[in-house]
Amino acid sequence: MSKPPLLELRDLNAWYGEGHALHGVNLEVREGETVTLLGRNGVGKTTTLRAIMGIVAKRSGAILIDGQDVTRTPLHRMARRGVGFVPEERGVFASLSVDENLSLPPVVAKGGLSLAEIYELFPNLKERRNSGGAQLSGGEQQMLAIARMLRTGVRLLLLDEPTEGLAPVIVQRIGEIIQEMKRRGLTVLLVEQNFRFAAKVADRFYVMDHGVVVDDFDVGELPGRMAKLTETLGV
Amino acid sequence: MTMIFGVPLQALLGQLLVGLINGSFYAMLSLGLAIIFGLLRIINFAHGAQYMLGAFVGYLLLAYLGLGYWWALPLAPLIVGLAGAAIERLALSRLYDLDHLYGLLFTFGLALAIEGTFRYYYGAAGQPYAVPKELVGAHNLGFMVLPNYRAWVVVASLAVCIGTWLLIEKTRLGAYLRAATENPTLVRAFGINVPLLLTFTYGLGAALAGLAGVMAAPIYQVSPLMGSNIIIVVFAVVVVGGMGSILGAIVTGYVLGLCEGLTKVFYPEASSIVIFVIMAIVLLVRPAGLFGRNA
Repeated sequence: MSKPPLLELRDLNAWYGEGHALHGVNLEVREGETVTLLGRNGVGKTTTLRAIMGIVAKRSGAILIDGQDVTRTPLHRMARRGVGFVPEERGVFASLSVDENLSLPPVVAKGGLSLAEIYELFPNLKERRNSGGAQLSGGEQQMLAIARMLRTGVRLLLLDEPTEGLAPVIVQRIGEIIQEMKRRGLTVLLVEQNFRFAAKVADRFYVMDHGVVVDDFDVGELPGRMAKLTETLGV
Repeated sequence: MTMIFGVPLQALLGQLLVGLINGSFYAMLSLGLAIIFGLLRIINFAHGAQYMLGAFVGYLLLAYLGLGYWWALPLAPLIVGLAGAAIERLALSRLYDLDHLYGLLFTFGLALAIEGTFRYYYGAAGQPYAVPKELVGAHNLGFMVLPNYRAWVVVASLAVCIGTWLLIEKTRLGAYLRAATENPTLVRAFGINVPLLLTFTYGLGAALAGLAGVMAAPIYQVSPLMGSNIIIVVFAVVVVGGMGSILGAIVTGYVLGLCEGLTKVFYPEASSIVIFVIMAIVLLVRPAGLFGRNA
């Protein structure tokens, strides 16, 4: 029997109050892969990430990590299952210093970076280690939000629109960091509107529309699909 | 006799000491309220009852088990804190998703029930609680006589306030608390058991009130009404300091206690309202409180 994928979603449904946001999402992410969820605003990409974590509590279907169902696992146990979450709004704590922000998430497994290695990878954060979280620029906040998850030893990172609203030079830097994480064996599920950026880091793509996955393809097929994607995503 | 602004120095220092003692209790109580409000967003109307409970636990430990003040000092906060944690787990935690008004109403009702129960059994009159024998007596400082127990209360309350502040500002647990105040969902996603953190926080706030209660017992007597007498002033302190501001609660507690003491010397008629006058002015000039951030 082959090894189960690191993450598998089977017929995942999710609701916000009475609003039915996901209508049966099926996808899988294998160990070491970087997979990108594409789709227009409001089709359920962010909700998919939030439903995997358990932030959206009203769900049906199955979420499997290493083949084990975690649909009933409470939010605060998901990190121990090896899942890290970087939200769209980055979630840098304003009342904590950069250092405190970095050390906040508990280490859940071996294999994470040490604080020294993180500061080597993010020299700009080292310069600002005693600054408050609110004093950072948008790019620095995004770096910090990603960096603090690398310390914890999680195996699967859920990254929600890391490039949104950032300058091209910072977007490029984030691309380099994702490449570096791939080299270290981290698995990434990335939500991204900017598929030119995603094309540089992702191995595979899923396209979502109206709360379901409507298409999936490998990065090699991307050039042939550019025209159609541009139309579907409305970019 | 030395006079300052037409007031004898002895009277001035005496009232300043009374103000400092009251301020010590204001600071410890508003500190607990601020911690609870900061993380749970609940205005804990049961805080006065928890303060009263601390004093009564001390009194009952002595009356039934023969355990004196130095036993009560750790045991009463522990018992009141555990009772608080149980209340959070069983009741308050079910109200977080509702309007904040429900938390306020629940704790208000709880305070009335606890106070009513103790009034039924012990009446409204105070029970005496002796100063521990190690702290009986006073020191003559030359310009005034300082009772040892009152000196101890001032020093111990300062230590408690500074210790709590350090716990919140300088430790890992404190970083969790501050982060969870900003974004509890994300802190949970990091693998921290935030529901447990909320239970701990309410227990800690209640324990601080219980500790203040034991410390107050030898000064103000042990009475079922001692909590409701002080809690209104403490709410004013929290509003002046800024809801949820830890440092604000501590500093404002001491300062307003001293203001009250000074008013007793210079214009005694106003001494019972001066704190509320200050509160009204602060609300007009800085609605978020002296140390508060505008939300």
